[in-house]
Amino acid sequence: MSYLEYNVKYVPSGFRKLFYVNWQIVLLLLAIAGVGFLMLYSVAGGSMRPWVEPQMQRFAVGMVLMFIVAFIPIWFWRNVSLLGYLLAFGLLIYVELFGAVGMGAQRWIDLGFMRLQPSELMKVTLVMLLAAYYDWLPANKVSHPLWVAFAVFLVLVPTALVLRQPDLGTAILLLSGGGAIIYFAGVHWAYFATVIAAGIGAIFAVFQSRGTSWQLLQDYQFRRIDTFLNPANDPLGAGYHITQAKIALGSGGWTGRGYMQGTQSRLNFLPEKHTDFIFTTLAEEFGFVGGIALLGLYALVTLFCIVAGLQAKDRFSALICLGIGVTFFLYFFVNMAMVMGLAPVVGVPLPLVSYGGSAMLVLLAAFGLVQSAHIHRPR
Amino acid sequence: MKRPNPSSTRNGRRLTRRALLIGTAQFALMGGLALRMRSLQLKQAEEYRLLAEENRINIRLLPPARGLIYDREGRVVADNEQNYRIVMIREDAGDVEQVLQKLGELITLDPDRLEKAREEMARRSPFVPVTVAERVSWDEIARVTVNAPALPGIVPEVGLSRKYPYGSDLAHVIGYVGPVSDYDLNRIDDQDPLLQIPRFQIGKTGVENKLERALRGSAGTQQIEVNALGRVMRELDRREGNPGSDIQLTIDTRLQSYIEARLEGESASAIVIDVENGDLLACASAPSFDPNLFVRGISVPDWQGLNEDPYRPLAAKAVQGTYPPGSTFKMITALAAYEEGLLDPEETVFCGGFVEVSGNRFHCWKPGGHGNVNLHESLKQSCDTYYYEICQKVGIEKISEMARRFGLGIQHEVPLSAVAAGLAPDRDWKLRVRGTQWRVGDTVNASIGQGDVLASPLQLAVMTARLATGRSVTPRLIHSIDGVETPSGRGTSLGINENALRRIRAALDDVSNHNRGTAFGSRITDQENRLAGKTGTSQVRRITQAERDAGITSNEDLPWERRDHALFVSYAPAEAPRFAVSVVVEHGGSGSGAAAPIARDVMLQALYDGTPPLSTYPQNVRARISEQQRRIDAMIASKFAASDRA
Repeated sequence: MSYLEYNVKYVPSGFRKLFYVNWQIVLLLLAIAGVGFLMLYSVAGGSMRPWVEPQMQRFAVGMVLMFIVAFIPIWFWRNVSLLGYLLAFGLLIYVELFGAVGMGAQRWIDLGFMRLQPSELMKVTLVMLLAAYYDWLPANKVSHPLWVAFAVFLVLVPTALVLRQPDLGTAILLLSGGGAIIYFAGVHWAYFATVIAAGIGAIFAVFQSRGTSWQLLQDYQFRRIDTFLNPANDPLGAGYHITQAKIALGSGGWTGRGYMQGTQSRLNFLPEKHTDFIFTTLAEEFGFVGGIALLGLYALVTLFCIVAGLQAKDRFSALICLGIGVTFFLYFFVNMAMVMGLAPVVGVPLPLVSYGGSAMLVLLAAFGLVQSAHIHRPR
Repeated sequence: MKRPNPSSTRNGRRLTRRALLIGTAQFALMGGLALRMRSLQLKQAEEYRLLAEENRINIRLLPPARGLIYDREGRVVADNEQNYRIVMIREDAGDVEQVLQKLGELITLDPDRLEKAREEMARRSPFVPVTVAERVSWDEIARVTVNAPALPGIVPEVGLSRKYPYGSDLAHVIGYVGPVSDYDLNRIDDQDPLLQIPRFQIGKTGVENKLERALRGSAGTQQIEVNALGRVMRELDRREGNPGSDIQLTIDTRLQSYIEARLEGESASAIVIDVENGDLLACASAPSFDPNLFVRGISVPDWQGLNEDPYRPLAAKAVQGTYPPGSTFKMITALAAYEEGLLDPEETVFCGGFVEVSGNRFHCWKPGGHGNVNLHESLKQSCDTYYYEICQKVGIEKISEMARRFGLGIQHEVPLSAVAAGLAPDRDWKLRVRGTQWRVGDTVNASIGQGDVLASPLQLAVMTARLATGRSVTPRLIHSIDGVETPSGRGTSLGINENALRRIRAALDDVSNHNRGTAFGSRITDQENRLAGKTGTSQVRRITQAERDAGITSNEDLPWERRDHALFVSYAPAEAPRFAVSVVVEHGGSGSGAAAPIARDVMLQALYDGTPPLSTYPQNVRARISEQQRRIDAMIASKFAASDRA
């Protein structure tokens, strides 16, 4: 589909685009970020510092970025998706090579006002590239083994790199996100059945490998799995987090202890109270009602992404919307499951709520893509 | 141009179908999260709220008992003793000063300790317990316990602290423990949560430090419920840690105590090594210090006293001290020449008292010279000129290589602090470190163990053990860890020509058993246990020509710190060696005068495993020896009487 074809029907231009922005998603993102500011204010003990202020600044930058991305036609993004992927990939290699030696194992690049984690950037550029790839690929070749293998290759290479860092959380997100797009694109279901069977086999192999010379996971990763399966085994280490998170969550009850009244999450029981474990504070202070409300906001965002994907008239837009929806879903799902003791502690932030620049900026830019697809949809 | 609508094509329909499927799955998973939240927050809310609020769960670490250290005979040389202390948790105390004041009315508090505690409480998190009183009596504990309701945040605790029953005798070997400091925490990469316990004791020096991991054990945990007043309601869960491993040393404490007493008044060190398996039976440095002082935290005056003492009591001279080995190095030079085929043991060299080498005059210790000497005589009478001559044929590289084969210039693996590597110099070393070329004069100096050559008493003892056996004996200090024996230091053949070794041993035998040998005065008269050895006197500084002219040639004319070091290396029995002993007396004067008698006394103690009969000493010294033995016995007895009282 070319630019000309788009022009056959009406596509808004200039400031008229503002009327076609999907304002529901913008409002939802504002609401979720607002929850984040409230919680960061609370865990800081009723103070704008050290977290709320920088978080607000980044959110403002992110919103501007979202609108810039949204106003640029979606076909432009399709054309630069390979470039974006290669850039993110290059940065990943860069931190892998230089981060480990020169900068004390850091995984970010200092941009002055924030630290950019290439692995976060990769989550979106991978979605873009796969969407562009399946947009370009004729429909009858989608299930051809060679073309499937190439898509899998595009997913596995960055996954392997972040796994080396080691960042299990991001690796899971890349793998599931990439897999979802390949699935949406229409690859034959037999591939997925095979992968799932192999996955079960792999999990078996991972457990079998423990303690042998070909051990597949780091010791600490095994310990996290152990701890997840039985938190009481390690009440002072990683199990401590899970136990304390559960106590904080559980003590919230129906309506919680009230804003700024949480004791568990603020008594320094949780070292990552402002990042990965911020949901515990919310659940303790606002209770079940607060937790469900946030979950509802997230669910609505996911729903709007799916709707935007189904409304899209071209394949690239459809896959972008669905892919970003799935990536966003994976963020909050893995984080919440982890905090509630349903998944091992892997280190995934709660999107737009946890303190942290890279994830927020990249997510908002990603929603810019969804908006761009929405705005530039031929009507 | 017709635009294909993706949802109208087969492919597009599939996309829609799959998007809906995944979407449904996502919402199902979110439903799962909601259910989980419901079960945690609503169904189990009461339980968790209780845990969180009314009864807070505390997780406490149970420090493991530190491993004990035994000597080779099974005597406990590092013990744990119980003591009571009182800790305070700032968070629970509320008004810290008020509680401390109340506490002060019940028991006497040390103002210094309190000051430290206040400082620590200000620095650490509010829930970390801080010790406010240590070594509290049982009566005082009882008084505090009875008044517990009026003293929120105050908790009496019973703990174990280290005690060294043999005090200063083993201080340099065992080292000591002390409270973990911020400096330690920054320096060591150790995630053990035990280190977070305030004033947790870790090994600072010696075996306590080097075998810290084994001795420490691992922490147990205790989950307890406490109510709002801090009273322990019940124990929820308890996981015992693993106590530290017990360690058995190869040291014989009786012998070690004897040596420490024998070295009294000198700045000296001695090593006794079993030539059969490398066991270090004694590793003594004098003067020493009381390690128990460090366990409690040493006072400033005590610390200054130890630091400013010119005899350096804190240094483990036996392994850390390096000295020019002097004439004890001559065997190495001779063996290097012999191995290269450049030495005929019967060939004589004329000693006229000095040799001129490239314009410099090198003196033999004997002003008039020794006349014609062969290898045997050169060792027996310790002629220097002989070595000045042969070393020039061999060169420094071969000499240093031989030195390293005998364990000089390399660091032995002994778990003690700062074990010295000494120095076996060569051309490369000089160019690298000094930046100048090696010169013949350097070789001449090195040939008699002067100049750049440096060795520790431990290295000299190992060298002697290797000479005595021809095997690469390595020192062993740890006999076993938790009953598992460590590998023996027996070693394998060094591959040195047996003939050469025999000749050297015969000469060493004569050093102390021939009436012209340099250590004849320190012989053992028991023929079965004859002593073989070599004296060494190493110059701390060169006697200048001006001093020579002014008549200053002997040590008595010099102040203590400029006198020569006295060395003696030995093994016995000469025919079938069992032990090697090295003795270094800093600024002691001469090897034969200061070091050899000590080595002989120590060797006899080792051979007889106790006080030897007087008949083993030459007739003329027996009266003095029996007087000396009485003095040492009294010294040891009074030391233990004092430590028993303490």
